[in-house]
Amino acid sequence: MLEQTNRTVKSTFARRCKPLQFEDVVLEINGITLIHQINCTLEASGKTVVLGPNGAGKSLFLRLMTGLMEPTNGSITGGLEEQEGALTSYQDNGAPCMSLVFQNPIMLRRTAYENIAFVLRHHRVPKLEIAGKVAAALSIARLETRAQVPARRLSGGEQQRLALARTLIINPHALLLDEPTASLDPLSTSIVEDMIEQADGMGTKIVFVTHDIKQAKRMADDILFIHEGRVLAHKSKRDFFKDPGSKQAQAYLDGRVLEK
Amino acid sequence: MGDFAQAFQIAFNLLWSMDLELYSIVYLSLKVSISAVLISCAIGFVIGAALTVFRFPGRRFLLILFNALMGLPPVVVGLMVYMVLSRAGPLGVLGLLYTPTAMIVAQTVLITPLVAALSAQVLQELHLEYDEFFRSLQLSAREKLMALLWEGRFGLVTVGLAGFGRAISEVGAVMIVGGNINHMTRIMTTAIALETSKGTLALALALGIILIVISLLVNTSVALIRAKAREAIYA
Ligand SMILES: Nc1ncnc2c1ncn2[C@@H]1O[C@H](COP(=O)(O)OP(=O)(O)OP(=O)(O)O)[C@@H](O)[C@H]1O
Ligand SMILES: [Mg+2]
Repeated sequence: MLEQTNRTVKSTFARRCKPLQFEDVVLEINGITLIHQINCTLEASGKTVVLGPNGAGKSLFLRLMTGLMEPTNGSITGGLEEQEGALTSYQDNGAPCMSLVFQNPIMLRRTAYENIAFVLRHHRVPKLEIAGKVAAALSIARLETRAQVPARRLSGGEQQRLALARTLIINPHALLLDEPTASLDPLSTSIVEDMIEQADGMGTKIVFVTHDIKQAKRMADDILFIHEGRVLAHKSKRDFFKDPGSKQAQAYLDGRVLEK
Repeated sequence: MGDFAQAFQIAFNLLWSMDLELYSIVYLSLKVSISAVLISCAIGFVIGAALTVFRFPGRRFLLILFNALMGLPPVVVGLMVYMVLSRAGPLGVLGLLYTPTAMIVAQTVLITPLVAALSAQVLQELHLEYDEFFRSLQLSAREKLMALLWEGRFGLVTVGLAGFGRAISEVGAVMIVGGNINHMTRIMTTAIALETSKGTLALALALGIILIVISLLVNTSVALIRAKAREAIYA
């Protein structure tokens, strides 16, 4: 029954994004090929987990998705690209937006409160609503008591939660997270997971990178495995864990060095 | 030796007695240099931020140019501004030569490159840190510029103070365009030069003491601001 309600909510909200299609996407930097011919399609809703060893190209993959980096070759179509104008809208009354939470949280040299207010102001949230929304965001991240602390003074995990709250408050239609729980304690991890699940429940497309296999098992709808700049598997969670599809993915899951 | 001791004595008397002539010179110095710094910061910060945010042909050249102009000799700036403002010059009709305004112009020309170059340094470092964040939020160029200026506020204030330090202590430029006219364009540095050459050391010494105090205050403020910024990890 609960499942059912979730689905209906999802289908009303998950309309703005189109599936995102990578076609023969290649990325070269300084003559070195870092991403080789990626072909894949990400659905417009649901949680896609990106797995892969260090240096595989997961962060680059997210940067390509958001347009922070342009592919050297190939194309990325769909997603939010067909919308007119800026991708920076707020709530449901404007154009959709795709938001990336970076692997290392980037904090403005202001208080935690002001870090969130900055993003809201940029999204033209009326002045009178800002204080309320910031308070809501801080409480989602359980940072109510840290509002007036300089953000860069917060602990690593607190910064990570603040970065996520700062992004969620503008209600993006696609949320990309680069190892959002990498440096978090178990409680913070579960707070962040709840935040992600809530966004998913509202129909937000989620793509997140993690090295936490249990977390992937818990949260993923589908899994994308990247290895040395190539997508070696893109399967539903169940299929992936039943059969990772490559010896590289198997080795990654087992924490083994791959025998060449 | 006795003469020097006497000069010091008179100098301190001037300082304690709030000598009107002395303090009107100090007042004019501060007025000219503070005005020049405010104008230079308004121009220099925007130039520094623009050189950081925008990529355009000639950007590197401008960065090098402003860096090179940081060490501009004050007398040369004075000469250039003199030529522009003198009766035969392009802005001669304004009749600004030998007025405090001319001195403000000269000091502004002198320190704007310094402010621009140093603020570009401050802001470029921040830009490296925030570029992707700002781009992922799709900030407009104007929003980026404003945000960077605010993120760099502590550094920029110290840049402004460095500009002030250079302005208040220079003598060459204001001497040429101001003319060191009594009660009109005489400021601390030009007065010190004149009084010393006349042999009236007392006034020169009194002004020298004030100048040193001002420079100490400026440097202390810089140190305090740095400490405050570091404490909040805003540096
Ligand atoms: N701007 C860049 N210039 C040159 N090489 C880069 C650049 N960014 C990333 N790389 C290289 O691309 C490869 C993939 O980097 P990426 O950050 O995507 O790895 P990742 O999969 O996110 O790894 P991790 O799990 O450690 O975060 C790395 O070898 C990295 O050195
Ligand atoms: Mg990464």
